[in-house]
Amino acid sequence: MPETQRVPIKLKVNGKLSELEVEPRMLLVEMIREALDLTGTHVGCDTSFCGACTVLLNGLPVKSCTVFAVQADQGEVLTVEGLACQDELHPIQQAFVIQHGLQCGYCTPGMEISAYYLLSKNPSPSEKDIRKAIAGNTCRCTGYQNILRAIETAAEMMRR
Amino acid sequence: MQSDSMADRFIGKSIPRKEGRAKVTGRALYVDDMVMPGMLYGATVRSPVARGRIRGIRYAQGIPWDEFTIVTAQDIPGKNCVALMLNDQPCLADQVVNHAEEPVVLLAHPDRYLLEEARRAVELDIEPLPAVFTIDESLARQQVVWGEDNIFKSFLVESGDVESAWGHAHLIVEGEYETGAQEQLYIEPQGMIATFTAEQGLTVWGSMQCPYYVHRALMTLLDLPVNQVRVIQTETGGGFGGKEEYPSMIAGHAALLARKSGKPVKIVYDRMEDMAATTKRHPSRTRHRTAVTREGKLLAMDIEFVVDGGAYATLSPVVLSRGTIHAAGPYFCPNVRIRSQAVATNFPPHGAFRGFGAPQSIFALERQMDQVAKVLGLAPEELRRRNFVKQGETLAVGQVVREKVDMAGLMERALELSDYYAKRKRFAEENPRREVKKGIGLASFLHGAGFTGSGERYLASLVGAEATPEGRVRVLAASTEMGQGTMTVFSQIAAEALGVDYDMIEIVQPDTAVVPNSGPTVASRTCMVVGKLVESAVLGIRQQLLSSGLLPERYTSEQFRQACRQFIENHGALKSSSEYSAPPGVYWDDDKYRGDAYGAYAWAVYVAEVSVDLTTYEIRVDDFVAVQEVGRVINPVLATGQIEGGVAQGIGFALYENVVWQEGQMVNSQMTNYIMPTSADLPPIRVFFEEVPYAHGPGGAKGIGELPIDGPAPAIVNAIENAGGVNVNRIPVTPEVLMEALEGVHA
Repeated sequence: MPETQRVPIKLKVNGKLSELEVEPRMLLVEMIREALDLTGTHVGCDTSFCGACTVLLNGLPVKSCTVFAVQADQGEVLTVEGLACQDELHPIQQAFVIQHGLQCGYCTPGMEISAYYLLSKNPSPSEKDIRKAIAGNTCRCTGYQNILRAIETAAEMMRR
Repeated sequence: MQSDSMADRFIGKSIPRKEGRAKVTGRALYVDDMVMPGMLYGATVRSPVARGRIRGIRYAQGIPWDEFTIVTAQDIPGKNCVALMLNDQPCLADQVVNHAEEPVVLLAHPDRYLLEEARRAVELDIEPLPAVFTIDESLARQQVVWGEDNIFKSFLVESGDVESAWGHAHLIVEGEYETGAQEQLYIEPQGMIATFTAEQGLTVWGSMQCPYYVHRALMTLLDLPVNQVRVIQTETGGGFGGKEEYPSMIAGHAALLARKSGKPVKIVYDRMEDMAATTKRHPSRTRHRTAVTREGKLLAMDIEFVVDGGAYATLSPVVLSRGTIHAAGPYFCPNVRIRSQAVATNFPPHGAFRGFGAPQSIFALERQMDQVAKVLGLAPEELRRRNFVKQGETLAVGQVVREKVDMAGLMERALELSDYYAKRKRFAEENPRREVKKGIGLASFLHGAGFTGSGERYLASLVGAEATPEGRVRVLAASTEMGQGTMTVFSQIAAEALGVDYDMIEIVQPDTAVVPNSGPTVASRTCMVVGKLVESAVLGIRQQLLSSGLLPERYTSEQFRQACRQFIENHGALKSSSEYSAPPGVYWDDDKYRGDAYGAYAWAVYVAEVSVDLTTYEIRVDDFVAVQEVGRVINPVLATGQIEGGVAQGIGFALYENVVWQEGQMVNSQMTNYIMPTSADLPPIRVFFEEVPYAHGPGGAKGIGELPIDGPAPAIVNAIENAGGVNVNRIPVTPEVLMEALEGVHA
């Protein structure tokens, strides 16, 4: 099949302006990983179930494996690489390390983005709130317990 | 020797993970994050039918085939097999196919979109042959689909005399139990990248548990000498056994395409391909016939255990062996017979998955124990209490339990922590008035650490250690980090043994050009077996420093560092290695299939509390208590994480994870229709350890990784019976299965 015509798009990723030409069929996650080389966003299932590809698009969490890059035109994207400030880890990242909120780490970036969104809306979530907020991010290693603790710890750190 | 105050500075401490920072920032590199100049993408054309004769391969029009690298079985320079145990599985099917999704043709192209179109444009002309899809069909041998009799392996365990015991029994109880296939479902799909040049040979990077399995498979497939094959593990996003043997297949495919194209080739499976084509937990059927005395003592256990191995042997013989040895559980019984078989069918080969046969046979036994208790009119915990094996007694395979064991104590603690007695009473009172019934159940079990039988002796694992010119100590082992914390635990063991700072230890990323063969990362062996070798290898470094007079008997980390530097200046290098030898008195007789099956066992009692909705047939686990004795706990936070994750997978195995087959093909090969537990589905998982140091483990540790998946399914199904009064003997207990059991109708 011949390559389809490319479309120019302009968006901010982690606060940085990018201008690219992408094929209309290109997925947002492909643009993030391949065009921008931000490989912290992972692909786990291709069907918007596992949540390893979760990013914020215009402030809302999306599964970037089922969004086209062109849909992000003129928008703002936040990926895991945008959480830390220089070498200073974001409290969510610190809390995941402290509480052993990860094992293999593959789901972690998506998990952190979902936690970031939750804590931006609800600074003092209950365990039930957290379970619901990350129900779209699957982890096969941990049984979620330490992820819950990590997000609780992050909430505490961010309230300080 | 280091001062006493230094004792246990690192063992038993929850040291944070070494690789935590790279993973939380997204900087950790998994195989799909790697790109090489000129790299092609590879794809696999697979059989749509379960069994048949390949008549031809057609390449449909409309695809620029001359741009593609195409590989079939004819392009294999060495032996067409995935070298493992019996070497019966081809890397690419030739003339016949024996299961759906069997690889037949490989394609590579720089454009992934075009590659996918091309994959769909390859037409396999296959004449279907009758296929076998059940254990009974396989045993009936109307179609022989493997070897001469469809049997990959069989075992017989006999102690005492079962046949003469029946006549003395107060009661005899029979039961039949089934478990389904289960997908490992690591969140990172499988993938490999291969490069090949005439001068440098073959190099493969990828997601894997066992670099040396891949190494041997590639040497065999490509007919290359040892030094022309290099295998490097990339960050691995979970394995659970799923990345034990199958990575050898993908590495072989990427290697064949790289060799033919002369370019780097990446093959990364999407979720659908990963779930449909790679291995799963062996489905099983177990029949029990149990004789008990009037006093509730086990008199005889007659167990028939059969696992479905799928189309090729892969690891079925050893999965069967572990399942067989665990089939009689943590009980003493004077007369035991276990007859077991791994049979061939035309499903994609089943393979390694955490627990490795034990979750299947333990599910059956622990359900049977509840049935026996019910018939005897005893409480489930009381029957178990009367039959737990004690120190000095013998397990079914003739292994004398030499270590201290206190199953009754573990059980009391688990019952107390779960408030078992009070809840059992309360649920019995309240259930008649409730639409959603409540129940509580338990399972008691053991899990052997390390390879089964003579496995570790044959493997003869090797671990190296070396000092760096900066005075740090590097540990060289092929054991992979895939989330469980290998690097951290090895660092703790090494730092503790040397009495130096934790940061002075480096663990080398597994790369067959650099690390020795310390065996596969499987069988709960990494901490106990390989960890012990790490301990002795680094102690070898210290011994050389002490002998050279460069290191005083008592030293600080700085003195140790200085001594290393000086030694290297004087002698050029400071290296040490350690090879496995069995602990004294541990012996297994392969011919008689008797003896010390494992160096050590972990022991556990798990309690599950459930709600069973009799309107919707939905089952929820409300609380879960896991009490275990795993020797000394090296890193409590990591160990707890292992248990929690294993329990979560066990809950999936019990209730949700149902592989739906049609004509030998998995038809729900997506995460949207194969249901694994999310955060919203799981209860609090409460984990407790009893610590009894094991004399031959590093710092007193035993194995831990697989244990937690053995207990949840029987504990949960026992709780379901307690709640609904219904005897369910197959898992997963989906709402359909529960409805069928409750109403006696077929869903």
